[in-house]
Amino acid sequence: MSLQRYLARKREFRAYQWKMAKRSKACYLFLAPYGILFITFFVVPVITSLCLSFTYYNILEPPRFIGLQNYINLLLADDVFLIAVKNTFLLALITGPVGYISAFLFAWFINELPRYIRAIAIVMFYAPSLSANMYLMWAYLFSGDAYGLLNAILIELNLIQQPITWLTNPQYMMTVVIIVSLWSSLGAGFLALVAGLQGIDKSMYEAGLIDGIKNRWQELWFITLPNMKSMLMFSAVMSITSAFNVADVPMALTGFPSTDYATHTVVLHLIDYGSIRFEMGYASAIATLLFFTMILCNKLIQKLLRRVGT
Amino acid sequence: MRKKILKRRKPNRSWGGDFGIYTFLGLFAAFMVLPMIYTINSAFKPMDEIFLYPPRFFVRNPTMDNFQDLLVLLGKSWVPFSRYLFNTVFITVAGTAGHIIIASMGAFVLSKYRFPGSLTFFRVVVTALMFNGYVTSIPNYLVIAKLGWVDTVWAVVIPAFAAPMGLFLMKQYMDANIPDVLIEAAKVDGAKEWAVFTHIAMPLVKPAWLTLMIFSVQNLWNARGSTFIYSEQLKTLPYALSQIAAAGIARTGVAAAVSVVMMIVPVATFIIVQSNVMETMATSGIKD
Repeated sequence: MSLQRYLARKREFRAYQWKMAKRSKACYLFLAPYGILFITFFVVPVITSLCLSFTYYNILEPPRFIGLQNYINLLLADDVFLIAVKNTFLLALITGPVGYISAFLFAWFINELPRYIRAIAIVMFYAPSLSANMYLMWAYLFSGDAYGLLNAILIELNLIQQPITWLTNPQYMMTVVIIVSLWSSLGAGFLALVAGLQGIDKSMYEAGLIDGIKNRWQELWFITLPNMKSMLMFSAVMSITSAFNVADVPMALTGFPSTDYATHTVVLHLIDYGSIRFEMGYASAIATLLFFTMILCNKLIQKLLRRVGT
Repeated sequence: MRKKILKRRKPNRSWGGDFGIYTFLGLFAAFMVLPMIYTINSAFKPMDEIFLYPPRFFVRNPTMDNFQDLLVLLGKSWVPFSRYLFNTVFITVAGTAGHIIIASMGAFVLSKYRFPGSLTFFRVVVTALMFNGYVTSIPNYLVIAKLGWVDTVWAVVIPAFAAPMGLFLMKQYMDANIPDVLIEAAKVDGAKEWAVFTHIAMPLVKPAWLTLMIFSVQNLWNARGSTFIYSEQLKTLPYALSQIAAAGIARTGVAAAVSVVMMIVPVATFIIVQSNVMETMATSGIKD
């Protein structure tokens, strides 16, 4: 009895939706250019990736269905992938939270400066992520021969006798990549946080002062953070994205592939199999795994952020 | 008599804390701009100062040699320099203009009208904020090949129309800044949707246009297009400049000049539109 009622109500709802849709034809027309382009270039590739991950596909022959073989190879038989996962997680765990917290801290620190100094500070902090290939300059600073600036300074101070090869020694490569990633991590999230801090109601601060808030850290936890939840969420999404998608920096600085695969990340592994060995099925499997991992991390972080300030 | 207005200092700020924080901030700001200052200095160094040992940071005798070399080198290439510049400028301008118009149209209906599928579509777009270029690049190549756009400039321009960040920012801004009553008043006066869009919505969201413009310029100016563009006449400026920079150690000065050229346009645009960007980002939170 109730199943029939449920189905009847579903049918009514569908009819209602169809009527609403027919009434808003103009809306669909407005959304159409963006919608078609977005679906073609963002949704279709993800779905294609998902489908291709179950096949063996090099671009010359049509795809051949092989089931879960790609995933089994990936997780059980590929040593380099495990190294890449370890590297990516290390990078993400350090660059992600540290970058996120430092973006918030810098936004909070420059909040109280006068307007012109704040404008200059924003440009100074955002500039590294504006110019996409500035990190090549880090390659000159960390260069492995005696001409590299860091090597020259250390030799002059007599701390080392020989120049250290920062970019090709597996011991130091990871640290260099972490430093450069952190340097270029103040992106759109940072701008959102600065803008959000400006928008907090000043009367709340005065009310807090009257109620006895002693120092700036208490003010941060009780007043500032709860008012900034939506900005914190946006900044977190951007941080997680850039933390997991580290590929340009290691490729430009430490070479592709890097010595001992010491800075090989998951995206670099994907580029390796996709653009160099042309095994599209395998690369699609990597892309699908990466995609689901990022969604999972995002959901976790959003759950965590809901509790901030309470 | 002039009255001096004293700014009240918050009583819960200690001088020691302030001093510590501003020192820390100053150090970090220096760390952030370090490579840029190094680049600008290197670009003006004459040849003998570049290879000085021990290397110096600041330049003693600035010259414009490197920039002149840049023009000479590029002038000798197969395709004239102005062609590369034109390609990049075309990609940037066309991509930005198209992106602003198309994303604004989409964001306007998503934010002000309720129709079936709007919420789902927006959630999918927010999820797409997480993608990287490489992850979608492999199937993208197949799609673009099927469409026949390989080796044309549209392969780079048209996917840039659909960047998810632009739609997200524009929709959030429109949510907060276009009062519903204004649209209802326009409807009462007999305006159709397109008229409402052009005459009411767009003039109100000018800061958001400028923000979309800066993000789009940032992405497209550095677009190498290497996956899709093969013929020499359509290559972009970053490609040509990275070829020069990769030519080895004799070109270190020119490589620095290259970096300065590539860096100036986005940074200058950002400085110009900065206050508008901040106004837009103030509405960019993800509310859940």
